[in-house]
Amino acid sequence: MRLSSGWLAAIAWAALSVAGTAEETKIVIDGSTTVGPIAKQFAQYYMEQHKGVNITVSESGSGNGAKSLINKACDIADMSRFMKDEEFKAAVDAGVMPVAHVVAVDGIAIVVHPGNPVKNLTVQQVREIYTGQITDWSQVGGPSTKIVKVSRDTNSGTYETFESLVMNKQKIVADTEYVGSNGAVRSRIQTTPAAIGYIGLGFVDRTVKALDIEGVTADADTVASGKYAVARPLFMFTNGYPKLGTHLHALVTLHLSKKGQEIIESIGFVPVTKY
Amino acid sequence: MNHASLARPGGMRSRQSLILSKRASRTQRLAALAGELVLLLITCSSVLAVLFIFYFIAADAIPFFHSRGFREFFTSTQWYPSAQQPAFGSLAMFFGSFLVTSGAALVAVPLGVFAAVCLSDILPFALRQVVKPVIEILAAIPSVAFGFFALVIFAPVLQQSGGPLLALGGWLVGVPVGLLLLVAADQWIGRMLGQARRPTVRLLLVGLLAAGLAGALWLLHQRLYHMQISSGANALNVSVILGIMALPTVVSVSEDALQAVGRELREGSYALGATRAETLLKVVLPAASSGIAAAVILGVMRAIGETMVVWMASGNAAQIPSPWYNLLEPVRTLTATIAGDMGEADHVTGSARYHVLFAMALCLLVISFALNMVSELAVRRARRKLRGE
Repeated sequence: MRLSSGWLAAIAWAALSVAGTAEETKIVIDGSTTVGPIAKQFAQYYMEQHKGVNITVSESGSGNGAKSLINKACDIADMSRFMKDEEFKAAVDAGVMPVAHVVAVDGIAIVVHPGNPVKNLTVQQVREIYTGQITDWSQVGGPSTKIVKVSRDTNSGTYETFESLVMNKQKIVADTEYVGSNGAVRSRIQTTPAAIGYIGLGFVDRTVKALDIEGVTADADTVASGKYAVARPLFMFTNGYPKLGTHLHALVTLHLSKKGQEIIESIGFVPVTKY
Repeated sequence: MNHASLARPGGMRSRQSLILSKRASRTQRLAALAGELVLLLITCSSVLAVLFIFYFIAADAIPFFHSRGFREFFTSTQWYPSAQQPAFGSLAMFFGSFLVTSGAALVAVPLGVFAAVCLSDILPFALRQVVKPVIEILAAIPSVAFGFFALVIFAPVLQQSGGPLLALGGWLVGVPVGLLLLVAADQWIGRMLGQARRPTVRLLLVGLLAAGLAGALWLLHQRLYHMQISSGANALNVSVILGIMALPTVVSVSEDALQAVGRELREGSYALGATRAETLLKVVLPAASSGIAAAVILGVMRAIGETMVVWMASGNAAQIPSPWYNLLEPVRTLTATIAGDMGEADHVTGSARYHVLFAMALCLLVISFALNMVSELAVRRARRKLRGE
């Protein structure tokens, strides 16, 4: 008897506490696999700072993120591209007003072995290398060796970015090697003199050489300013601008803080702030 | 404590007529029954696990075949799972698995069988007690360590001095295979000449063959020595590493098979005046052949199912190399594709891209199931043969 009354009290307390704070404590994030890591790190950091806030992050792709926002199934839609016209229209019809927050810029460096004399390529040339039209380094001003093409695996966000910014809907040729992470690409490049690969800008170090694209050096400044061609902004979309002071507002403006900048840099993206 | 309680039912039962009352014997019997039931349940659970795996993989694989049919999956080499109009041709992956596995078998089988013969019949007992555990340690190295070695050390080495290494490998594989061929040819020629029994002719023919083989090996050496390997992450790299990984399985199972042949057959052979080489080649190896076949199949299964090494070091290019036996091109295997493409994204949408991986898993499961059956049959045949039936 005593036991059951204790249970009842506990259940009642739990129910009350859920009912009292249900509006604020649960934030659902869905969308792009590229932006997902940022959202996950933000969520983790934010939940450590604010006990009782529950943030769930799913990565089902930009399109599905937009769909969730339109269906009001999520509070934040991560997107690695801007909303399409149809999506915007569907959202407005459903009474949702999408507002974009640019949380970071995603730049991709085209990297080669440090011993490779090639310094500069155009986007066109990179595309032709990956479609198999250019097969030898001598065709782009290098030594006469066969180009070894290295790519990220097809379900990575970096692959997606590369595909949309460089490949222009053309298919990557079948003899391209696929590896599982930015670090693995880097290690393939630094041990293979004839290799070319691409990695997130944050992963470039001295062991590989980042090529200039269209004559523009790949660094945080050129990426943030848009001069560097293989770069794109990353978005979080909310339904209207979140009410100031809410957890949702704090979360979509976290990238403007010093901690937010650190997180974005640690994942390998270019932040929009400079502390 | 545990041992004592486990050992009790059987031990007591044998003495029950002496000391136990009827009541105690009933509890004993119940305890024994309960113990048996528990054991039966545990056994069933592993059988059930196999059935469940089959069921759930098939359940997720069937939607793929429903929506996209069989033809593209099995006959096309176009693998663009994330394109606007996705293509799920998996022929290149089937071929990649086949190529890498055959390459591994080419490394592991001759080495492994030779090592097993050496361990069971040639090395002195004391040395064998040291060497066998060392070979078996290979099985204890985690596959990711092999993969790391393949990617970070072996691939650059292949790129820098691939030609000389290939030539060395050519000799390592070529000499034993050539010797075996010679022995087989010698037997065959002996049988063909039959009654005539002219040792000089036989010697001449075998000598000619040996010279031819040596010449062929030398030509091979010349060709391999000047080869350039542009990328070390290729089918050859993975084949060698997988071969080494499969080695302990092949060695230990075929050594057991050779041991199982027993003293009687060997001594019988010696008693008839056969030399050690004749005993080995004509008595022991044929008697153990089914067991060795089982060892080879088990080794092949190890290579087919291996994921980490191929995902890290095979290059993962979804293509059939040209020409098809070109081990220096990057390939992509079924296992690596499943591991690499199992992104979080697809769980939610349940798309064809998700189900195609289960279709591959189902095919792998069927292949290894079939291989397992074959090896089981081989082992059974070996046992029957050794019992003299």
